[in-house]
Amino acid sequence: MADADLVTTAAVDTDPDTLTCRQFVELVTDYLEGALSPDERARFETHLLGCDDCPIYLDQMRQTIRTLGALSEEGLAPAAKAELLTIFRDWNRG
Amino acid sequence: MSIDERIAERNPTAPDHAAADHLLVAALRAGEEAAFVAILERYQAPMVRLATLYVRERAVAEEVVQETWIGVLRGIDGFEERSSFKTWLFRILTNQAKRRGAREGRSVPFSALARAEADGSDPAVDPERFVPPGRENAGHWAAELTEWRQTPEDRFVSGETHARAKAAIAGLPPAQRAVITLRDVDGLTAEEVCQALDLTQGNQRVLLHRARSKVRGALERNGEEA
Ligand SMILES: [Zn+2]
Repeated sequence: MADADLVTTAAVDTDPDTLTCRQFVELVTDYLEGALSPDERARFETHLLGCDDCPIYLDQMRQTIRTLGALSEEGLAPAAKAELLTIFRDWNRG
Repeated sequence: MSIDERIAERNPTAPDHAAADHLLVAALRAGEEAAFVAILERYQAPMVRLATLYVRERAVAEEVVQETWIGVLRGIDGFEERSSFKTWLFRILTNQAKRRGAREGRSVPFSALARAEADGSDPAVDPERFVPPGRENAGHWAAELTEWRQTPEDRFVSGETHARAKAAIAGLPPAQRAVITLRDVDGLTAEEVCQALDLTQGNQRVLLHRARSKVRGALERNGEEA
């Protein structure tokens, strides 16, 4: 049963109990968002265990998300900051 | 009951966020300028980005954000902390931005845009990358995937990768661009994004998936060229 998803035939495409890699990549976000049903999640994780490439794909998606998180630009323009601080001080005296 | 216990009781799944939020709100109420500056630096840029989805010009978006801060200061004493500070903040911002956009006569058919972009087929990975139907191993990767390097000095912290990721986001359709920016760059939760953009949870996820898949593809090509 461990290598059920390594079965070699086109039947893999139609077998409702296994995922192909092509189907797997479409479920990655739902998986990461916790939006898969228990059945779907089990099929996803079974594929993950039996496939050489999809764990790499999942990891690449995670790295993509990390990269995006590092893009966050914080800070504000000095002029905007000065205006907002004036508002804050007025409120604070308020 | 101690403050910590009360925080844990209110939000057992995220006590750290709740505790940090609670301290922030208390400092704001106490009129601590340093707390206000810290909040400004953290949220100003994402707030302006969100506001520009509703109003045409950046200057107007900045005005909307300023009105939001005024609303936050006026409302902070009445904020009951039933939601996170960030959720509350972005709810005020979204309401201000929608009102201003409506007053400007700018109809933002965002939901129609979102539906169109979430519709139809938009594969996460080029179908050519998989073994075609009818062959042995149909639907499996046609060629092995290569792991991306993960050392501290790797390309994922490099300026070039950041530039590539930014370019990929800029090239996305508008609704996908909005969702991935708010979720993955600005760190809003799914609920916050659905609320801000009037999206269903399902459409939010589809848009996020399509956007993330495209950015992954762009970073993969980056690696192959390097
Ligand atoms: Zn696979």
